[in-house]
Amino acid sequence: MEGLGNLLIIAVSAAVVNNVVLSQFLGLCPFFGVSKKIETAAGMGGAVIFVITLASFVTGLVYKFILVPLDMSYMQTIVFILVIAALVQFVEMFLKKSMPSLYQSLGVYLPLITTNCAVLGVALNNVQYGYNLLEGVVYGFATATGFTISIILMAGLREKMEYNDIPKYFRGFPHVLLTAGLMAIAFFGFSGII
Amino acid sequence: MKANTPAERLFNGIIKENPTFVLVLGMCPTLAVTTAAINGIGMGLTTTVVLAMSNLFISLLRKIIPDKVRMPAYIVVVASFVTIVQLLLQGFIPSLYDSLGLYIPLIVVNCIILGRAEAYASQNGPVASIFDGIGMGLGFTMSITILAAFRELIGAGTVFGFQIMPAAYEPATIFILAPGAFFVLAFLAAVRAKIMEKKPKEEQKPVHCMEGGCASCSNEACSGKFYDNTVVKK
Repeated sequence: MEGLGNLLIIAVSAAVVNNVVLSQFLGLCPFFGVSKKIETAAGMGGAVIFVITLASFVTGLVYKFILVPLDMSYMQTIVFILVIAALVQFVEMFLKKSMPSLYQSLGVYLPLITTNCAVLGVALNNVQYGYNLLEGVVYGFATATGFTISIILMAGLREKMEYNDIPKYFRGFPHVLLTAGLMAIAFFGFSGII
Repeated sequence: MKANTPAERLFNGIIKENPTFVLVLGMCPTLAVTTAAINGIGMGLTTTVVLAMSNLFISLLRKIIPDKVRMPAYIVVVASFVTIVQLLLQGFIPSLYDSLGLYIPLIVVNCIILGRAEAYASQNGPVASIFDGIGMGLGFTMSITILAAFRELIGAGTVFGFQIMPAAYEPATIFILAPGAFFVLAFLAAVRAKIMEKKPKEEQKPVHCMEGGCASCSNEACSGKFYDNTVVKK
């Protein structure tokens, strides 16, 4: 039971309290770039959940069974980014071949994910926090869920605000940033949970 | 100014194609580490070193790397330099290493670096490339230091640790917390939009959009703002 509670705390804290986008500033590029429509935002979110969960599992394995025994943990940045890039390629090929319908909905977003810093960030955080394999996967899944929550919220807001009368110089990027700032304040409300 | 001379490259990186305000690349470190001006400078210079070195090496290797595997090859080059810089910082400037933390290894996925590798270093000679890297790096350093100085001034009443505001000033802590990063950058971007509007727009066409690795960053970069005087082979 204690193990489950621990996992739950990791999950809640990663998904809402320390939201990956709004408080750790990871994955900002897709957050700003792919948040114009709820539909595409949800697609991106789904792809990110899929890849981050898988990546935290695989990088966890690589770290535990290859890097640590060889005493090469200082190589983690290089190894992780290569593993992630290869993984994304592999997932793309696999989905294309065996699950065409899922590939249709996630496919376009997959290549963009390699440079989503949230993926590498999660892999490095797992090592940093000393999570075991299960904790790492839960942390990865929860972080990605947090990303999805915030990008869908952002897309919803942007859809609503599309026709608003915004001061000229604040149109576009500054306006999106201000919205993100207000969302970040809102997410502070979660910090009381844990 | 003549194209591809060191001076032109520096000017291009710092003013004309400033990575933060014009290209809007590398948002994650821009917002994350700018809680204090000293962190901004540290992050900026670290990125500059990685950018200059990886540009140099990618430029030297540009005829050797096959076109199909160029992205993975660039990533390996960049990741190697990031690891070197990370170990150097850990050894010699541990305080900076501690305050930048996770964002040092994350320089690998900073779009500025892969973006410059793809857009400039893979098509130009080593000398021009290294200055392109330094120019872009300094432009990045400048913008994030300004951003960080603003946040530190409003959020803590200091700049580079020196007390600027009178003692009676009550710091608005929100500005060194996460939301403040978004707000300050929003205002700086709006100010930039205002300044840029006065100048007559130069007649330039966006030559290309960055593909692949940095595509997710292309919200601004591809909407007609990514100008380059390099010729892209397609």
